[in-house]
Amino acid sequence: MTSTKKDPVLVVLQLTGGNDYMNTVIPHAEPLYREKRPVVGVADERILKLNDSIGFHPELAPLRRFWDDGNMAIVHGVGYANSPRSHFRSMDIWHTCEPDKLGTEGWLGRATRDIDPNKENVVTAVSFGPSLPRALALPGVPVACVDDLENFGMLTSIQEEMQREKIINRFSRLYSPTIGSGFVMDYLGQTGLDGLKAADILKVAPEQYSSSVEYPDTPIARKLKGISQVHQANLGSRVLYCDHGSFDSHSNQVGMHDGLWRDVSAAVSSFFDDLRENDAADNVILLMFSEFGRRVHDNGSGTDHGAAGLVLMMGDPVKGGEYGEYPSSKPEDLEQGDLVPNTDFRGVYTTILEDWMGLDANPIVSGQFEKVPFI
Amino acid sequence: MASQDIALMAHLMRRAGFGATREELEERVAKGYEATVDELLDPESQPAIDRYELIRYQPWTWRPGTIQGMGSAEWLHFMINTKRPLEEKMALFWHQIFATGVSKVDHYDEITRMVALFREKGMGNYKDLLLEVAKNPAMIYWLDNFENHADAVNENWGRELLELFSMGVGTYTEVDVREASRAFTGWTFEPKLPRGPIGRHDWQFQYLPEDHDDGEKSFLGETGNFNGEDIINIICEHPATATFIARHLYNFFVADEAQVPAWQVTPPKDEDAIDLLADAFVDSGCDITATLRVLFNSDFFKNARYARLKSPAEVVVGTLRLVGGFEFPGPGLGEMARQPTYMGQDLLNPPSVEGWHTGVEWINSGSLMRRINFTADMVSDVSRPGIRSMISRMQAQGDLTPQAMVDNCLDLMGPLEVDDATRQELVTHAEVGGTVSWATDSDVSASEERISEMLQLIVSLRDYQYA
Repeated sequence: MTSTKKDPVLVVLQLTGGNDYMNTVIPHAEPLYREKRPVVGVADERILKLNDSIGFHPELAPLRRFWDDGNMAIVHGVGYANSPRSHFRSMDIWHTCEPDKLGTEGWLGRATRDIDPNKENVVTAVSFGPSLPRALALPGVPVACVDDLENFGMLTSIQEEMQREKIINRFSRLYSPTIGSGFVMDYLGQTGLDGLKAADILKVAPEQYSSSVEYPDTPIARKLKGISQVHQANLGSRVLYCDHGSFDSHSNQVGMHDGLWRDVSAAVSSFFDDLRENDAADNVILLMFSEFGRRVHDNGSGTDHGAAGLVLMMGDPVKGGEYGEYPSSKPEDLEQGDLVPNTDFRGVYTTILEDWMGLDANPIVSGQFEKVPFI
Repeated sequence: MASQDIALMAHLMRRAGFGATREELEERVAKGYEATVDELLDPESQPAIDRYELIRYQPWTWRPGTIQGMGSAEWLHFMINTKRPLEEKMALFWHQIFATGVSKVDHYDEITRMVALFREKGMGNYKDLLLEVAKNPAMIYWLDNFENHADAVNENWGRELLELFSMGVGTYTEVDVREASRAFTGWTFEPKLPRGPIGRHDWQFQYLPEDHDDGEKSFLGETGNFNGEDIINIICEHPATATFIARHLYNFFVADEAQVPAWQVTPPKDEDAIDLLADAFVDSGCDITATLRVLFNSDFFKNARYARLKSPAEVVVGTLRLVGGFEFPGPGLGEMARQPTYMGQDLLNPPSVEGWHTGVEWINSGSLMRRINFTADMVSDVSRPGIRSMISRMQAQGDLTPQAMVDNCLDLMGPLEVDDATRQELVTHAEVGGTVSWATDSDVSASEERISEMLQLIVSLRDYQYA
């Protein structure tokens, strides 16, 4: 467990679409990198070298200081055996920890259940975006799904307060568990009631918030700002989720991948500045992951779906540095042209769950996996 | 008119269209169920939408280019006002399968043209449609086939063609993906000019023989010097394709199913229904209208009332058709077109090539609130023609007991079928005001107010989320 008095908080930023590992943390000393990537390879002089073997893509410049200060962990070669190279299947596997069968329970849904088994707080988990990621899906576990924090409320069109209250009361009764039958009706009922409660709780977050940090005007910055507002309101939120994409760079990768990381780096940088300024950074870690990395060879314009990927962990409690080995790019070591994963993603989850959240990881990730000691 | 006939017709019109007013339902019941199915399956028998009226009042709906969030206004207008509801519903069906988005294509015009393609060919032969989609510039750009070269294969289109557009994961190998991709080398578009400040140049399909891999390919057990057409022919002959399309049709029109990535391991809810649809597809040589005719006339369809959750597009369009007043393309069309986005379905901009997850995955605390807030706001306005018509029908019956008012409202909002406990809650709510009376002007306005409140409660019900 951690030494902090505050409850540990996990923020997840999902890089949707398959972020190109080799062009994010670049193996600059590997001659095969330049040979296999004549089009998308980053010129040597532009790489932000971190040591003799690896360097950041230039658009990660705003994150460099976190590395230098020892608050950023690079976890190499993360994935699982027999990657299906399908976005959807692979994202499902990362979300459910079930590589061999179809899982429906999300790992963070299970974690949320363990944090708050009596469902005392409907904002224990908050997701920013229009849909609920499967990582957080678990029947019976409430997750507040917020698109826009300022407009989050039920029947807001009813102006007259007394009438609204009357209708909301009736609504609560109509959504109560005694009425309804079957999974979908119960799910709708619970979701409606949880939403009603969550709206009441979350409305204070933007009201209480003040910060001198100005976030960029990008979708990912808006989401991270919302996360910061909820976290700083001390509502007991422990799992905060958002995503950005699409990182699916089959073509024109150079401009596209640059732009994505420009937005992510600037938003993440503002996010930590904001937390630090408000004394709210010491109990937060950030996980960034993607469903897979991309092929070693470029295809003349971009890169196709690959296997091994990259995990970045950030935050004041994180022990910075490199973890694991960069998988070999030698042709004889590749599988179908892809880097072979050498760190199981469930090991990363296990570390987060046990050494940060203080939970028993085995039932959540369905097994025993070697930890990555970044906490 | 038997209420069961109305209920069945309302079911057909919710599924094969976006719902209908009570007046339209009564007309259709008089014509008969099968005659209505025949009419829906023959869209040409009904007039098309006057696009010029729309352009006259909302010029930006013609080629919205890159105007943020404005691209689907034209489509919304079509969905609300079409006299060919199934044609429009099938356009939405194909958009959810051949999910192509402005997030990458960065231009509404090309995706709108793709929707027009679905409107034109979506009820014809699937093989023809698939070939048109393979040649559609927005699709070629979306899945990078313009970067699929004889000497540098790009697998994006080849993989999704098999995984998401025809056969489903687990029915082919990685080698098949590679070989299919090779067969589509040289399928590109022109002109390849950079996007200008206000949008892109119009794209056209282009085939470059010099960039096509002319070598022999081995695909699904067959070998030959295949081009893209050959791949599509082989795919359409494969039994996995018939099952795949049958499952999609079932999930979209009949009842919520497991999501596509699960189909490899999760059997259909109703295997007989899938077999029946797949057989109709095969027997008709991949004809979509013939397959739909079997679907709408089957008992499994007729018995599937309220067996699936509405998509956001169905919530928004269904509600706007019900309350009325959106026939004229007036101001506010753009804002209405953005409503499905707020509920998790940004039309012309799906989250990925997989399309939207449907069924219960439409629902989370945020999206459910958006659904309720929007529909309650719409039905609260008693000046809207659809609501006025409901009030008139009730007023024509004279004074109403609270029970009668609740039953009338439930009937006119569907007919919506709710359980006794739910109905009792609504009655308890209505009883506070006593008898619904129309004796004086102030009685009328009080009664209208109470009906409006009841309608707001009804659209807030879980039951209203079902189609």
